[in-house]
Amino acid sequence: MTAGIETLGAIARAEKAPGYWRTVGGRLLRDPLSMICALVLLAILLSALFAPWLGLSDPYQGSMIRRLKPIGTPGYPLGTDELGRDMVARLIYGGRLSLLIGILPVVNAFVIGACLGILAGYAGGATNSAIMRTIDVFYAFPSVLLAIAISGALGAGILNAVVSLTVVFVPPIARVAESVTTSVRSLDFVDAARASGAGALRIMRVHVLGNVVGPIFVYATSLISVSMILAAGLSFLGLGTRPPEPEWGLMLNTLRNAIYAQPWVAALPGAMIFAVSVCFNLFSDGLRSAMDIRR
Amino acid sequence: MLAPAPDRGGPAQPLLEVRGLTKHFRARTKPFAPPKVVRAVDGISFSVAKGETVGVVGESGCGKSTAARLLMHLMPRDAGDILYDGERVGSTLPLRDLRRRMQMVFQDSYASLNPRLTIEDSIAFGPTVHGVRDAAARNLARDLLRRVGLEPNTFAGRYPHEISGGQRQRINIARALALGPSLVILDEAVSALDKSVEAQVLNLLVDLKTELGLTFLFISHDLNVMRFISDRILVMYLGEVVEIGPVESLWAAPRHPYTAALIAAMPTLDPDRRTMTAPIAGDPPSPIDPPSGCRFHTRCVFAEGVCAKVHPVLAEVGPDHQAACLMAIPGSGHSGAAA
Repeated sequence: MTAGIETLGAIARAEKAPGYWRTVGGRLLRDPLSMICALVLLAILLSALFAPWLGLSDPYQGSMIRRLKPIGTPGYPLGTDELGRDMVARLIYGGRLSLLIGILPVVNAFVIGACLGILAGYAGGATNSAIMRTIDVFYAFPSVLLAIAISGALGAGILNAVVSLTVVFVPPIARVAESVTTSVRSLDFVDAARASGAGALRIMRVHVLGNVVGPIFVYATSLISVSMILAAGLSFLGLGTRPPEPEWGLMLNTLRNAIYAQPWVAALPGAMIFAVSVCFNLFSDGLRSAMDIRR
Repeated sequence: MLAPAPDRGGPAQPLLEVRGLTKHFRARTKPFAPPKVVRAVDGISFSVAKGETVGVVGESGCGKSTAARLLMHLMPRDAGDILYDGERVGSTLPLRDLRRRMQMVFQDSYASLNPRLTIEDSIAFGPTVHGVRDAAARNLARDLLRRVGLEPNTFAGRYPHEISGGQRQRINIARALALGPSLVILDEAVSALDKSVEAQVLNLLVDLKTELGLTFLFISHDLNVMRFISDRILVMYLGEVVEIGPVESLWAAPRHPYTAALIAAMPTLDPDRRTMTAPIAGDPPSPIDPPSGCRFHTRCVFAEGVCAKVHPVLAEVGPDHQAACLMAIPGSGHSGAAA
């Protein structure tokens, strides 16, 4: 009987074992909190993407008569803004720009920062010093100030906001990448790979990248919320998107005069930023623990 | 495993010859102060014959592991020659070819395996580097798992954290053997294991050695293990070789006081050999400013004035047995030396 069970086990094991990322994916699927956050994010993303086909009212069309209606007004479930535009439509359309400006800089910075950091960490020595000291220069400025300064220099506009936020996020991502790579590089399995005659590129690809990309990715996910808030700040200052474009940060700005008249309506764009930020943060937490397959 | 490289120089040709191997690290103890030189490995010379096991002993910090990494060409050496089967590495023997003939097993069985790779992939990595197709390399890995006593179907797909320390060290041995090396450097390969597991792994190593005709350079601080596995023993102190000789004569008549002290310091179950005093006191001096003359004179019970002045070289003290002690050099001026 036991022999039979062992044979069955052997047959089951004989196939190629699932790869690392597949294991991580399976663990993530079994984490309810991460899955709820992922669903919320997906819902916001999809509704923003397919906004024109959702049968919403025109987010640009205002009316002087319907200004600042409270939440629950018939026909305007989330009220109207200071120009009488439907908040539901503006919040959903606003997701398009807000998500773009929140995610795109982080994606850019992830690619640039990870490359710089991994290169610095693996090369070590003078290369490391050259890259990391240059990056340290950016740490001299508070991130908000840096974003405002670059945006201000480049001029207002979404593209310039994305560029300035990318510059803001490259240094912290590169620093994380460098420290993780340095610690992985000093482990014996990298030496063992060198002792087997593998070249630097192959060692990077097989042994370093897999151990390094995970932590950097988790860190980058947590920056998406920061990026959205900074982008909202830029819009608030008039450096990002410009009216009448719906964007959460800008909406927060233009509605602030109405905070005494309709506090709940005025807080809605902030609530969206908050929800998305929290979801991204919780999801990256879940990802972090799913990637730690030792537990 | 890949086919081993053919034997070139014949049985009399040493497999590994090391001449004057030196590695000095520069360490800054204080910012802006001139860097100090750490003499990690200071001109060691020895040879390893084909098919033998040479043990390297010494306290921690004596340069054993640095020497291993230098031999593996994992760090550049400052001076010295390394000849593999009579060929100078880097000139007549390309480094890439040396990689196939000389492999290493590290002490930390966990850190020496990539946590993201399955065991099978870890073992198969080396052969794929040398041009073996993925499927063939995977078969080779399974074959090696069987050789080191692990059932391939159970272990191939597991990750390093899912198995025990002894099993991991077997996998590290399999990984080292995958390229078909003739010389395997075992750097404290069994030191971190439980005693019972250690014995199993040692027996496995002995079996593999006879089966595959391997040569071992076995680094350890454990003299019992050394005596069991080694043919010859090399004793290191502060980056230098102080004694080298066959295990029996070294044990029966150690000629360097340091070797004698190490052997005397071994715990024993024989009540007649019980020692009440520590045979050797204190920690070894720092290799940053090693003592003048004989480096051991600060801790040696036989030390005399001359020991602080004259640096002893390795001298023949018996058949195939050398020691670097002024007492072993006739006419050295030490009262214990022959005139």
